[in-house]
Amino acid sequence: MNPLSNLTASLWTPAPLAAPGVWFRDQASTFAGQIDWLFYVILWICVFFFVLIVGMMIAFIGRYYARPGHNEESTPHHNNVLEASWSIIPGFLVLGIFGFGFTYYLELRTPPADAYEINVIAKKWNFAFQYPNGVIDANLHVPVDRPVKLILSSDDVIHSLYIPAFRVKCDCVPGRYSTLWFEAKTPTASFDPDRPPSETGSDENGYDLFCTEYCGQGHSTMIAKVVVHESGTFEQWLEEANKYDPSESPVERGAQLYKDRGCSQCHSLDGAKLAGPTWKGTYGTQQATNKGQITVDENYIRESILEPMAKIREGYQGVMPSYQGQLKDKEIAALIYFIKSLQEGTEVPDTWTDVGGVPGQDAPDSEGANGAEAAAPASDSGDSPATDSPATDPPADDSPAADPAAPGAAAGDGEDQPEEGADQPSAVEDESGDANQTNRTAA
Amino acid sequence: MISQSRQHSLLQAIEEDPDRRVDIPQGPSYLTNPPGTTFWQGVASWVFTLDHKRIGVMYLCGIMTSFLLGGFYAGWVRFELWNPTPNLVGGSVQEAQDAYNQAFTLHGAIMTFLFIIPSIPAALGNIFLPMMLGAKDVAFPRLNLASFHLWCVGALFFVATLLSSGLDTGWTFYTPYSTTTSTSVIFATMGVFILGFSSIFTGLNFVVTVNTMRPKGMTWFKMPLFLWGIYSTAIIQVLATPVLAITLVLLILERTLGIGIFDPLLGGDPVLYQHFFWFYSHPAVYIMILPAMAIISEVIPVFSRKHIFGYTFIAYSSVAIALLGFLVWGHHMFTSTESKLAAVIFSALTFTVSIPSAIKVFNWLTTMYKGSIHLQAPMCYALSFLFLFTIGGLTGLFLGALAVDVHLHDTYFVVAHFHYVMMGGTLIAFLAGLHYWWPKMFGKMYNETLARIACLLVFVGFNLTFFPQFILGTQGMPRRYAGYKPEFQFYHQMSTTGFVVLGTGLFLAAGVLIYSLFRGKKAPNNPWGAATLEWKSCSPPTHHNFEVQPWVGSPYVYDDFVYDPDEEGYVEVLPDLKRGLKPAEKPSDQPATT
Repeated sequence: MNPLSNLTASLWTPAPLAAPGVWFRDQASTFAGQIDWLFYVILWICVFFFVLIVGMMIAFIGRYYARPGHNEESTPHHNNVLEASWSIIPGFLVLGIFGFGFTYYLELRTPPADAYEINVIAKKWNFAFQYPNGVIDANLHVPVDRPVKLILSSDDVIHSLYIPAFRVKCDCVPGRYSTLWFEAKTPTASFDPDRPPSETGSDENGYDLFCTEYCGQGHSTMIAKVVVHESGTFEQWLEEANKYDPSESPVERGAQLYKDRGCSQCHSLDGAKLAGPTWKGTYGTQQATNKGQITVDENYIRESILEPMAKIREGYQGVMPSYQGQLKDKEIAALIYFIKSLQEGTEVPDTWTDVGGVPGQDAPDSEGANGAEAAAPASDSGDSPATDSPATDPPADDSPAADPAAPGAAAGDGEDQPEEGADQPSAVEDESGDANQTNRTAA
Repeated sequence: MISQSRQHSLLQAIEEDPDRRVDIPQGPSYLTNPPGTTFWQGVASWVFTLDHKRIGVMYLCGIMTSFLLGGFYAGWVRFELWNPTPNLVGGSVQEAQDAYNQAFTLHGAIMTFLFIIPSIPAALGNIFLPMMLGAKDVAFPRLNLASFHLWCVGALFFVATLLSSGLDTGWTFYTPYSTTTSTSVIFATMGVFILGFSSIFTGLNFVVTVNTMRPKGMTWFKMPLFLWGIYSTAIIQVLATPVLAITLVLLILERTLGIGIFDPLLGGDPVLYQHFFWFYSHPAVYIMILPAMAIISEVIPVFSRKHIFGYTFIAYSSVAIALLGFLVWGHHMFTSTESKLAAVIFSALTFTVSIPSAIKVFNWLTTMYKGSIHLQAPMCYALSFLFLFTIGGLTGLFLGALAVDVHLHDTYFVVAHFHYVMMGGTLIAFLAGLHYWWPKMFGKMYNETLARIACLLVFVGFNLTFFPQFILGTQGMPRRYAGYKPEFQFYHQMSTTGFVVLGTGLFLAAGVLIYSLFRGKKAPNNPWGAATLEWKSCSPPTHHNFEVQPWVGSPYVYDDFVYDPDEEGYVEVLPDLKRGLKPAEKPSDQPATT
């Protein structure tokens, strides 16, 4: 924001129409100040012309309304000086508005080279924010005072990512990457990941992040929160988010993923029919699909997550996007445990340790980071259409193909010998480094 | 009221020489059939009529029915948004969301394609374009009937959409959502496709009619401005609508055959659809607003008793808007990953369109200067048009400015902006035109006081409905949301309250007009003292419009019209000069040939 704008902004804003809170909420990014300034400039130009036009209209009605004794007077039918002045003066004003709008827009569209990059995958009806170390979160966590570039893509229809407090917006288009960037300047006071963003006020628990391109049934619930971390704490959050505690419950982890990663938009837990089949009491049952009868077992669930179109349950449209490359093996395993836990009489393990450790748990700092970088698109222009859809890219992290038996095997262990897992020291060893650092308890 | 001395001298003149008074011979109304017509003959005489006025009246019935239906869905949207959680219908939030998505889609699609686009040109334009030319009919009466029948077929496709699985794509049919949803996209797009042909035929007919059927003495720059507006609109209809038709055919092929033009997995591009769509639909907003401006250009001078100010500038500005309107479609896509260069060019062109609109507003305003302003219902609507269109136009500046648009795009700010232009502009002007021409169309006067009260209710209700939406938009409320954050509830409830007031006003206006058909006083030939040719016929006109050829004078000179208390309307007094020319020039008893 240039000093001139600063000065002028202080001149504009004290007026009643510009009272804080009437037109805008927080100004939480470096863009917000200058865009609001331009808004107020246009606002006052509009107020001037509105008062001029409506004022003259009312004055003319007051003076010249038809009444006994009042006659119209003959006046010229045209006046080129008047016509020229009311063409040229507004012409110069709109030229000025255009100029400022254009300058600020170029800033909005030109991310600095050193910006921190986060991949965003939009799908019906949630956003997934993927960090360089492979962590995927349902909310956008960013450091304060550092340029952040979002690389946007969509897995199904067009979505649009909009952060009102930052005054930024860009569409997520299937088949191409688009980018937007910002620099947050006000850290979030507090953040509780368990409060659903669509039921939390705009002023609390982080800044709102909306989908603003209509995308179907759950469009109005496609809301996330932006958490701006104090300097230094962002890296800490990122590190912790990448760790799984072997002593946590896979079922609770699955329940958390169910909420965070958009499953809840289409699959109910109470038997209600939404866009997709309910998860309640579904595990182990026989179901009709477009490819014949199947049993809802680990393999079917896994396949439905990674290739949703393979077998579509009868009575449902095939609308689910693939989660290929967006869920790690351990996350798929957790979801399977969670679905199993919703079927009465099915035994599920209490901790990961019970089933021989967290499946596919690896050294996240090295492999995860490399994987995510490889998946990031080379071109960030956003102007040229990418020829291949992001969905068809190779998976970013733990390739599911690399270890196809993992969740099934793990689940099988859990079923057959639920107690045995506790005796497997190797898993504990694998995770011991992480386990004492973090204890992310799922709600 | 014209100047009293002038009125006095005119009255004296027609007393001295009754031949100077233009008497309009009365004839059988175009609305009635000769005695002895059976019911089915009567029905056929309407359904297969070639009379442009009857076609216009049928269009009027059709579009008002569509408006009622579109208004029903508007009410659905507003009442759903009374509470932050979707709960208007159904047992679950998801069912309410689905219903809401259908409601806003059908509201938009019905209002746009079945109501606003045909409202002024096809209903009022059909009746008054030929009459303003002093003609018996449009150039191609059969084509005119065909376009009405096509409109009906298109409307039936919409009915089929409603009766099958509805439509939930938004009125814009954006891909890939529209190619993947399970609702009746094909019925709806077929409907729009057919309505498009109706629109093209009407436009073609009007272009030919204005070009070839102007009466002797009516050069281009002596035409009423209504004709300039309709002519510019017709050019857009003919040039832009085929693009929409092609786009929708591609969409249907994409959905049925998977040709892949919009599908990224097959090498297509969903943003291409947006370019195609807006290449039509941006000019289409000028199809909606130009005829509205054209009505205002007629109403303001008549009720100010003043010659229109800046005639040529208003005429040229219509053409300028029509042409520039083709070059700004990209401003709907500033956030759709459009290139920076394209965005900058479209933004600059967008601002150039604001100038012709500003020219019109200032000219209308100056027309009122030193006039004698009669605040009858049509003028009340015209003045509320000026107020609302000014807000609608000025708020376009926010959206044209690139950086500000990024924040406001796809929020309620846009919703408020286009309702101020489309509803505050087009609908209000349509109502101005309807009240202005009602006595001519149906030969009945409505209750002036109640009509003005209705106008006031509409004005207040409209602002209460849509002004809060500007604030919702700047605060970040996205559009097309079935539910919202609790802090937006206050503004949404204001808006819904406004909807109730607005709806009451509209029903009152409709009631006043319909009541007049049965109990209204007989309308004089020229109740407002207008100088355009359609008022030089009897009210309602006969089948051939003019029993004698009307005298073609300047459309905006009111000096020769005098209020006759016996008729409760105005009569034209021929200039003294013409005395020597009679009787050849004043065709007193030559019935128009059939």
